[in-house]
Amino acid sequence: MYRKQVMTTLAAAATLGMLMAGCANQAAPQSSGSAGGGSTTVNIPALTSIQTPKDAVLPAGNGKATCPATTTLAYIGAETGANAQLGINIFNGVQLAVSQHNKANANCQVQFKKFDTEGDPNKATGPVTQATKEADIIGVVGLPFSGESKATGNIFEQQKLVHITPAATNPTLTQNGWTTFFRGLGNDAVQGPAAAKFITGKLGAKKVYLVQDDSDYGIGLGKTTSDGLGSALIGTDKVTTGQKDFSATISKIMNAKADAVFYSGYYAEGAPFDQQLVAKGFTGTFIGPDGLKDDQFIKQAGDASANAFFTCPCIPGELIPTFESAYKAANNMEPGTYSIEGYDAATVLLAGIDAGNQDRAKLLSWVKSYDKDGLSKHYKWNDKGELQAPTVYGYKVENGKIVPIGAIGE
Amino acid sequence: MIPTLLTMLPASASDSSWITFDIPSLLQNFWSATFDGLTFGSIYALVALGYTLVYGVLNLINFAHSEVFIMGCYGVFFTLSFLGFGPSAPNLSIGSIIVNLLLALVVAICASALTAFLLERLAYKPLRKRNAPRLVFLITAIGASFTIQYTIFLVRGPNPEPALTMFRSRPIFEVFGTFIYDQQLIIVIAAVIMMVITERFISKSRTGRGIRAVAQDPDTATLMGVNKEKIIITTFVIGGILAGAAALFYVMKIPSGVQYNGGFILGIKAFAAAVLGGIGNVRGALLGGLLLGLIGNYGQILLGNSQWTDVVAFVVLVLVLLLRPEGILGTSLGRSKA
Repeated sequence: MYRKQVMTTLAAAATLGMLMAGCANQAAPQSSGSAGGGSTTVNIPALTSIQTPKDAVLPAGNGKATCPATTTLAYIGAETGANAQLGINIFNGVQLAVSQHNKANANCQVQFKKFDTEGDPNKATGPVTQATKEADIIGVVGLPFSGESKATGNIFEQQKLVHITPAATNPTLTQNGWTTFFRGLGNDAVQGPAAAKFITGKLGAKKVYLVQDDSDYGIGLGKTTSDGLGSALIGTDKVTTGQKDFSATISKIMNAKADAVFYSGYYAEGAPFDQQLVAKGFTGTFIGPDGLKDDQFIKQAGDASANAFFTCPCIPGELIPTFESAYKAANNMEPGTYSIEGYDAATVLLAGIDAGNQDRAKLLSWVKSYDKDGLSKHYKWNDKGELQAPTVYGYKVENGKIVPIGAIGE
Repeated sequence: MIPTLLTMLPASASDSSWITFDIPSLLQNFWSATFDGLTFGSIYALVALGYTLVYGVLNLINFAHSEVFIMGCYGVFFTLSFLGFGPSAPNLSIGSIIVNLLLALVVAICASALTAFLLERLAYKPLRKRNAPRLVFLITAIGASFTIQYTIFLVRGPNPEPALTMFRSRPIFEVFGTFIYDQQLIIVIAAVIMMVITERFISKSRTGRGIRAVAQDPDTATLMGVNKEKIIITTFVIGGILAGAAALFYVMKIPSGVQYNGGFILGIKAFAAAVLGGIGNVRGALLGGLLLGLIGNYGQILLGNSQWTDVVAFVVLVLVLLLRPEGILGTSLGRSKA
């Protein structure tokens, strides 16, 4: 009997609370919503088409390739975990390249295997060790994230297994003397300064607050960006992977009256951060790097995401018609961030297999001396494994979708 | 050996300023940090009560309580998305928002209480029947936690559910130059009211007396005519009800927090809060929760780095336990005169 009474009281208490919410909504002062930050009226039009190289290498090749039935390529990276969507975008791209290749080359059916790291440096060594021990795997697309790439580069090196990362952008990754590591995009030593130039230039921000997470990626990019921002940088704060409540950081930003916030990290934290920032009345712009540029960001930040811009050393694959339609047919969704980079990286490896490089050593030297166009850009690496001429694109949120606004930082 | 250890140091340690104390910021942001800390602390406290009650009665650390909580979050999410809430703040009258949120609260409470009930019946009761040693309970709790987490994962996938905005949070008045938001006020007041009711219930009602009796001495309590099994299941359900309420407030504050492993860290913090206040003690859970929320926020502002925030929070925990091994208010659900 008493319990019933308690339930009623609990409900009553809750009602009381809600009622207060109601009254509060009514009584809210109009002006106080914009407690900090200047509003931005920057309007940069969306890009509708991009140029693709004329003689881009495609996975199908000439259709006459032969290879042993055991020939295997692998994707190693996040399939689950908080930032899984970035990994899913990539392996869908890789999968598409492999399917197109196998369809065109009846005598060369390349196997494709996936290994899940959850995007977590602590969990990545297991799947990488397992993959490198499988002798049939002669080339790898991955790992997508910087932390896990750093943790596992030595394993690839010992097993002489070539791997092309389609997404890891931390500059120090190519400074380890690894000979098997290749980066299929620009690094953060390129992205950071480009982002800084974009924020203070095109976006016209005067007071920028920089918030970074604790990942290798977030720390590295935070450094190169803050160097580029110079005197426009009015403060920095550090958050943790997995953090959900950002009220302390937001309080600092509002007090500093920043007109732009740059978040150096991934969307799992960036999205709730932007959402809470806007809920506390922030009216400036929110800028994030490639780690934030995903539809998941919009889903998780909700309406708040309307204030967001992104920088990314990735090419808008959705603007390449042939790729877009094939990807959509295979996966029933639009290509995401790094889908085209995954596709291109796989194409480099497949072209090598087709050219007769069907063991680890031969495929490695193939990639080393590679010098051809892919759909997204020209692929030629220096002796460290960096691309020669990477580009950085700007993106924005328009009507709940991420759209490219053109190359930045030039 | 030493070089290996050195390479294990965090990357930021090589920076010239790997730890900084930003005292001006703390002074400037003191009040807003306090209000935000109390808000999150109230949520910790509601969840902490679930740990504390079960520990008090069974001496069991119910690690699966974080999943009891996250099931409540899913309850809120499904109810509100069924009712048409989306990423934008709804364009509804205040009355209908309240009705909708109450409905979500009821569903969340049911989801959490049901999870707690099933957990007790399927995981712990069979062990009790066989007189399993305490370690087995602990392992089962961890196992149950993972089972629920990854079942959700298999059904809902790795990504968080899309954000739902319940209402647009607005500042309502100013204290010490800082705006108090309606959302903060609702969460703190509703949470405190619920905890007061729980506390009254435990100390005054017949069932509450039963709970305290079982906590103090289960065998004697049984001899005195207390139905031990019924008391245990009631305790789990009360913990579930409070976790369900916490779930509503949590999703209100963090709309994108509904994720298969979304309860894990919060659960650890809430458990720490329970220990800090004195595990097994209802008032201790409230105190511990609020304290942990405050320490976390002050730490973030002072040190500008939330990695240090957790260090500070747990150093405080260790220091408190060194001075008062039973937590600030002591571990005494049974003996509590409360």
